Amino acid sequence: MMRATVTLKTGALILVALVAAGCSRGSDVTIPTSPDAGYSGAGGLAGLDGVGTAGLGGGTLPGTSISDRVLFAVDQSTLSAEAIGVLNAQVGWLTQNPGSPVLIEGHADERGTGEYNMALGSSRASAVRNHMVSQGIPDGRISIITYGRERPVATCPEESCFAQNRRAVTVVTGGPGA
Amino acid sequence: MVDRLRRSLAIGVPAALALRPFATAAQAPLRIEITEGVIEPMPFAAPGFVPDGGAATDVAARITQVVIDDLVGTGLFREVPRSAHIARVSSFDAPVAFADWKAINAQALITGAVGVSGDRAQVRFRLWDVFAQAPLGEGLQFDGSTASWRRLAHKVADQVYARLTGETGYFDSRVAFVAASGPKQARRKQIGIMDYDGANPVMLTDGSALVLTPRIAADARRVLFTSYASGAPKVMMLEGGGRARTVISDASGMTFAPRFSPNGARVVYSRSVGTGADLFVSDIGGGGQVQLTRGSSINTAPAFSPDGNRVVFESDRGGTQQLYVMSAAGGEASRISFGDGRYATPVWSPRGDMIAFTKIAGGRFHIGVMRQDGSGEKLLTGSYIDEGPTWAPNGRVLMFFRESPGAGGGPQIYSVDITGRNLRRVPTGGFASDPSWSGLLS
Repeated sequence: MMRATVTLKTGALILVALVAAGCSRGSDVTIPTSPDAGYSGAGGLAGLDGVGTAGLGGGTLPGTSISDRVLFAVDQSTLSAEAIGVLNAQVGWLTQNPGSPVLIEGHADERGTGEYNMALGSSRASAVRNHMVSQGIPDGRISIITYGRERPVATCPEESCFAQNRRAVTVVTGGPGA
Repeated sequence: MVDRLRRSLAIGVPAALALRPFATAAQAPLRIEITEGVIEPMPFAAPGFVPDGGAATDVAARITQVVIDDLVGTGLFREVPRSAHIARVSSFDAPVAFADWKAINAQALITGAVGVSGDRAQVRFRLWDVFAQAPLGEGLQFDGSTASWRRLAHKVADQVYARLTGETGYFDSRVAFVAASGPKQARRKQIGIMDYDGANPVMLTDGSALVLTPRIAADARRVLFTSYASGAPKVMMLEGGGRARTVISDASGMTFAPRFSPNGARVVYSRSVGTGADLFVSDIGGGGQVQLTRGSSINTAPAFSPDGNRVVFESDRGGTQQLYVMSAAGGEASRISFGDGRYATPVWSPRGDMIAFTKIAGGRFHIGVMRQDGSGEKLLTGSYIDEGPTWAPNGRVLMFFRESPGAGGGPQIYSVDITGRNLRRVPTGGFASDPSWSGLLS
């Protein structure tokens, strides 16, 4: 009868609580410290512990009627003529209100896989930033973030909702009325 | 509190037991083949493992049931229930009444015994080919802590499975996943880890930061994932020794979709670059970074081959998401997907023979497999969203998540074997997605 003396240990992962630490990145921009900190109700997104407005119509820049978002075609990050019109209006306001840092959030609909949607959200935010920079907004004023398909504004399983989720939202952080 | 997860999982190397000499009939070995054809599950019996003393009674019954559940859960075995048993096994070393088991058509018989002393438990078992009236392989004994009784049961079931199928088992393994709660517009997500059957779930993060795509190391000791804890998505790692930490030394930019190399020393991941995303490989800890792709397209969801030499990934460089393979040291990529639709989330089987993927075609998502050169594509599932396959340690079963549509919908984790059979839900407490399957634990 054979009896081995080796004892094998198997480790286990230890529970950790992630500390959400705010940190500045590069320029004077403050990155939101939680996934919802940047929203401040714009677009009617629900917070972690509350229910926001329906927000189907989307939000506006503070104290204006300028739309804070542009929409995209499926799997695309190119800016339509309508999107460029909206962004140019945003650029106008940003130029007149130069103090506030700007965060562009890129989002995607749920009809694609997770990792691709992360990249697509980033691509959309990047396209918006590129346009704003080309219109004179200083590059260092704008930061971008992707949320992939993680933060839809509309949840019905129809194109009417998917289209609203394929968006880039301009968030004015730290400015008046934000 | 933080030690809640730490379990003393010292499992002794199995010891062979002395066997009674039996005449072995010259006959085909008892075997169930995992093939493309229609499977008739093999009937087996597992009378309750005999407890050595009263302290072991409860554990013995529970271990027996987990062994049964593991085997039945594969879809390859059917239990002849206790109510049908003629013989009773009251002693592990008593002679087997083969005629009684043959009479109820139990082709395989598992006998066992369990002993408990203090916080240590010990399981021994034998597997019998009933019609040949002979043992199938050696009797073995496993030792471990009583708290890890499930692992002892999985070890037994892995042995039985291996002997009856000719394949290695997969039951003693862990799965990392995302537990989700709250409204669909603002899900609260946590990284969890559980046994492959959904038992022993533990949360590894507290939900205060959005977390995505956990990827467990083969030995289950570390988990790579994407976290928004610092504000932007970054690849981070949880390990047994301490807190979550970033693994990529270059602090700028958004990184996501990480995976370990097979030996756990490197990580491949995706980083947003301009309007695209590129693949990078670096050492855990950040050094030795190699950029694998360049250009303006989206390259993401990379995964190593089991020998660590190649990477399979998805790219839209050709217009739509397709699968490509390239050397992990850099160079040209070859496309391997050619069907109608979009291909994503590729993962290489631990056996090296197949790549599983998500395919989107005709408005539906499918889990599929193909050979590593792209041939032999076969779709195994389909629904509104079926996504994110992960391989069992033996390369014969996949887990993935399925999401139901609408505001009230949400993800659940399922498993299916590579022939498309035996689709089953993995029980989790609430919404769960993004499963990542470890290797077989030792």
